[in-house]
Amino acid sequence: EKMAIRDVLSMAMAEEMRRDDKVVLLGEEVGAYHGAYKVSRGLYEEFGPERVVDTPITEMGFAGIAVGAAMNGLRPICEFMTFNFSLQAIDQVVNSAAKGHYMSAGILKAPMVFRGPNGPSKGVGAQHSQCLAAWYGSVPGLKVISPYSGEDCKGLLKAAIRDPNPVVFLENELLYGVEFEMSEAAMKDDFLLPIGKAKIEREGTDITLVGHSKGVGIALEAAAELEKKHGVSCEVINMRTIRPWDEEAVFNSVKKTNRLVTVELGWPRFGVGAEILARVMESDAFDYLDAPAVRVTGADLPTAYAENLESLSFPEAHNVVRSVEKVLNL
Amino acid sequence: LRSASTATVKDFKLHAFEEKHGTPSTTVQFEKDELLAVYKDMNIMRRMETTASEMYRDKKIRGFLHLYSGQEAVACGMVAALRPQDTVVSAYRCHGWAYLLGCTPYSILAELAGRGDGCSIGKGGSMHMYSEKFFGGNGIVGAQVPVGAGLAWAHKYKKDGGTSVSLYGDGASNQGQVFEAFNIAKLWNLPAIFVCENNKYGMGTADHRSSASIEYYKRGDYIPGIRVDGMSYLAVKSATEFALEFTQTHGPIVLEMETYRYHGHSMSDPDVTYRTRDDIQSMRKTNDPITNLKKLILDNEFATEDELKAIEKDARSSISKDAKKAVSASLPDEKHLYTHILYQEKAKDVRGCDNFTWYNE
Repeated sequence: EKMAIRDVLSMAMAEEMRRDDKVVLLGEEVGAYHGAYKVSRGLYEEFGPERVVDTPITEMGFAGIAVGAAMNGLRPICEFMTFNFSLQAIDQVVNSAAKGHYMSAGILKAPMVFRGPNGPSKGVGAQHSQCLAAWYGSVPGLKVISPYSGEDCKGLLKAAIRDPNPVVFLENELLYGVEFEMSEAAMKDDFLLPIGKAKIEREGTDITLVGHSKGVGIALEAAAELEKKHGVSCEVINMRTIRPWDEEAVFNSVKKTNRLVTVELGWPRFGVGAEILARVMESDAFDYLDAPAVRVTGADLPTAYAENLESLSFPEAHNVVRSVEKVLNL
Repeated sequence: LRSASTATVKDFKLHAFEEKHGTPSTTVQFEKDELLAVYKDMNIMRRMETTASEMYRDKKIRGFLHLYSGQEAVACGMVAALRPQDTVVSAYRCHGWAYLLGCTPYSILAELAGRGDGCSIGKGGSMHMYSEKFFGGNGIVGAQVPVGAGLAWAHKYKKDGGTSVSLYGDGASNQGQVFEAFNIAKLWNLPAIFVCENNKYGMGTADHRSSASIEYYKRGDYIPGIRVDGMSYLAVKSATEFALEFTQTHGPIVLEMETYRYHGHSMSDPDVTYRTRDDIQSMRKTNDPITNLKKLILDNEFATEDELKAIEKDARSSISKDAKKAVSASLPDEKHLYTHILYQEKAKDVRGCDNFTWYNE
C-alpha cells in the first residue's frame, strides 16, 4: 500500500492518541484547520479540542507550556508550523526541555515531541528555508530524528511519542505529498522503529553514501545514475536519527567500501556531514578509507527566492555524482 | 469648485489617555489633489494584488504570497501623515507598503516573479521588500516589532525627530516579543507607533480564538492606545498625524486599525474553513476602503464618476503592462547567489553544494 507522508504522520499520531490518553497535540492551526500542511487531518474530529489544541501564534509560549505539561505528566506533541519558527522558541527546547533531567539529577523529565517541517522548501526565501538538524543535533539531552520514508515516519514518530525524553522530529515539507510504499507490518498500530538505528537503503560495495531526510532520496537517485553511468556500486545509508546517530552502521559500511560521501541539505559549516566525517576520522574506520571523505551539502549562504539562485543553493543528484566521481577518480 | 474640505470621521476609542496627551481630531481636512492621488494609489495597490494572485495561479510566483487587498486605507492613511524622517517596518503582507514607500509596481511585480529587476534583485521574494525608509518585510510573525522599537531608539539617540511605525497583525499581537518591545519602548520613552492591523484573522484563526482580549488598542496596558476605523483613509491619517506628534513628546503609542482582508492568509490558504464567501462579499459591499474614498471624492465633487473610472482604468493598464514586463524580465545574474552575504565584503571562498564548487566575487 502507498501512502503520502502527511497521512502516515497523522496515522501515527492518531494511533498513539488512541493508545494513551496522555498524548495531546498542540500548535498553530493544528485543530479546526487541520494543520498548515494538513498533517493533523482528522485528529480534531476524533479527539476533540481538549486533546488537539489550537494555540495563538506564540511559539515561545506554547513550546514552554508543552514542556511544563510534559514535566507534569502529559505527553505533548508540540507542532511547529515549520522549524523555522522553532527559532522563536529554541530556548524552551534547549534550556528547559533538554537540560531539565540533567540539572535536576533525574527529578524532572520531559517526555514530549517537537515536530514539524524542517529544511529547505521551494520559493519561500531565506527565513523559511533552512535545515536545523545540526543545531538540534548538537544539544545533549535531546533525541533528534530526521526520517525519510513513510515507514521511517510511522515507526519513528510512534517511538518518539513513547520515548521518555524530549525528541525533536524533523519532517520535510517537500516530502509531505510524496507517497511511499508501506509494508503490511508498518500499517499495524504496533509498528515501531528503534531511535538511533540507521537503515541501509541500498547495499553496495564501492562507496558509502550517508544521508538524512530528503538527502537519502538524492543519494538513491545518484546511486542509480552512478551504477548506470560507471557501474559503481553505492551503499546508501539512511541515518533516520541525527542524535544519537548510528556510528556503527556507518563505520561498518566504510570498512566495507573504503569510501564515503555524506549528503544533507543543511549548511556545510559545522554540519551533520562535518560531524560524520569527524567521527570517522576519530575511529578505526579512518584506516579503511582509500580517499578523503567529502560532503554534499546546502550552499553556505542564505536562501534566495529566485528559482535559478535557489536551485544552486541545495544539492541535487548531480552534486553527489560529481563528488563520487572525484572520490573514485572516475 | 472646491479644492479643499473637511469631514468628520468615526469617534476614536481611547485607552490610557491623560489630559496632557490631547486627543486625535475627528474633523479631518483634506484636499482634492490629495484624495485623487490616494485614489490612484489605492487602485494601483488593489490591482497589483489581484494581478499577483493571477500570476500565482499561473505559477509565475512561487512559495508564499500574502495579499493586502481590503487594508489599503491603513497604509495610504499612515503614509500620507508620515514625514521624511520617519521609518516603517512591517510583516510579510508588505507589497502595498513597499509601493507607497518607494518601490515601483514594476519592481515589486518583478520581485514576485523572481527576476533580476525586482526590488530585492529576486533574492527576497514576496515577504522581503525594502526601501530607504522601509525596513521590510519580515517573514517571522511578530519579529518586526522589537526591530521597530530599535528603529525608534535610533531616532531618539540621533535626535532626528523621527518616529518609527511597526505594523503587525492581530495574530502576531500575542507574541511575547511584542510585549517586550512595548515595555522597553515605554521604559525608554521611544518615539514608536505600534500598529495592530486587525484584519480579524491570524491565518485561519479568528481574533477571539487567538486573543484573550481583542481590544488590541489596550494591549499596551500602560501605553496609550487608539482604536481607529482602518477602512477610512481620513480616520487613519488623522490618528497617525496625532500619533506622530504624540510620540515625540510622550513616547510610544498603540494604534489598532480595524480592517479586513479579502484574500486568504496566503495563496495556499483555501479560506473556506473559517469564514464564508458571504462574509467577504458583504464587507466588500458595505465597507470597502476604496469605495469609501470614492464616495468622499464624489460627495465633495472633486471628480466625476467618469474621471474616477479613468483613474481605475489607468491603474489596470499600467499594472498589466508592468506584470507582462515583469514575467518576461531576466532572471537574476547568478553572481547574486553569493553577493550580499556580508556588508561590502566580496564573497570569498563561499562553498557551494559540494566540495568542488566554490564561489568568489
